Amino acid sequence: MDFKSSDTIPGPRTEDQLPHTAQAAVKIVIVGGFGVGKTTMVGSVSEIKPLTTEETMTQAGIGIDDDYGSESKTATTVAMDFGRISITDKLVLYLFGTPGQERFWFLWNGLFEGALGAVVLVDTRRLEVSFDVMGRLEERGVPFVVAVNSFPDAPRYPVEELRAALDLTPEIPIIECDVRRRASSKDVLLTLMRFLHSLALSGALT
Amino acid sequence: MTPPRRQRRGPTPPTPPPSPPELRPFPHADAADGRSSRGAPDGPQAHGTPDGQPPPRNPERLYAVTGTADGGRAELDLVTLIVACRTPPPGASPEHTAVLGLCTAPLSLAELSAYLTLPFSAMTVLITEMITAELVQARAPVTRRTAPDRSLLEAVMHGLQKL
Ligand SMILES: Nc1nc2c(ncn2[C@@H]2O[C@H](COP(=O)(O)OP(=O)(O)O)[C@@H](O)[C@H]2O)c(=O)[nH]1
Ligand SMILES: [Mg+2]
Repeated sequence: MDFKSSDTIPGPRTEDQLPHTAQAAVKIVIVGGFGVGKTTMVGSVSEIKPLTTEETMTQAGIGIDDDYGSESKTATTVAMDFGRISITDKLVLYLFGTPGQERFWFLWNGLFEGALGAVVLVDTRRLEVSFDVMGRLEERGVPFVVAVNSFPDAPRYPVEELRAALDLTPEIPIIECDVRRRASSKDVLLTLMRFLHSLALSGALT
Repeated sequence: MTPPRRQRRGPTPPTPPPSPPELRPFPHADAADGRSSRGAPDGPQAHGTPDGQPPPRNPERLYAVTGTADGGRAELDLVTLIVACRTPPPGASPEHTAVLGLCTAPLSLAELSAYLTLPFSAMTVLITEMITAELVQARAPVTRRTAPDRSLLEAVMHGLQKL
């Protein structure tokens, strides 16, 4: 392990330290294709400068012409940006921006299983990149909302047309957003929380 | 212009958890049992591509998160909060000293991994070791599986509203 001496390791600034009373954390996952705005969304609402956790894997699967006979493996790093929002002295919320390819999700134990729910961030110029993600969340029973990040040159569809195209049940919220704005990102998160709350009320969340 | 269309999927019955976890570093040369332990639910499933390409092989973590005999699920989550129990004992390793320095206030495993620039799985191995040695304590997250109650969801909503 390549380890620096402890004096040189950066830690949270004093003002970024959690209080000792912090008892538990919850997490929400923001998932979507490359460049859809995940890191931007994390950064716009986080109380700390977004951080990155990485996982290194020995990659036997990414190469197209994968030679099963040879054991030549390459190391690949998959990164996730995350941020934090203190809810109360006792409770902390973490937001993780996660790449859309499901085959990387296993790298972080319980990434989705442990999450309260997920935000699927989509770009209408490339809607189909999120199809597989939504399917996977449905299979795993992870509740999610769909947030349409409005890029200026992206086609705009009425919400009901999107709902039909994405084959989403009527109760799944679809919300337009501009995740560069904190208020908009906050709205997306509140939409997810209200949805989770309604599921809890109807007993669907256990 | 009409958007492309997708078809909804249903929940698939939960597959039994891979095998129960135990964390140990391993040199990836002998990854064989690491691979078998991580079967179904989380493991990237091999899906053949529509054009008949063979499915990609599973990526493997640099550090194995493998099974224990008693069958529990991995206890350490990205957002498990870690708190130091004491100052570094004499002769503590640089890794342990660094973690104890960072965890004088609670800090998530993800933050530790970020500040120490260690892969998350390596961080998990290190922290497991430190919990066993009673150098740090872990505060478990509230997860969907542990059935978050309405008051918790309401607390999160109120917290977000204050942003
Ligand atoms: N116009 C517009 N640009 C955005 C929006 N969100 C993100 N971007 C830009 O899109 C680019 C990619 O965003 P990023 O957050 O890095 O995407 P990620 O790969 O999903 O993490 C950045 O240059 C952002 O500034 C948005 O809501 N509107
Ligand atoms: Mg990003």
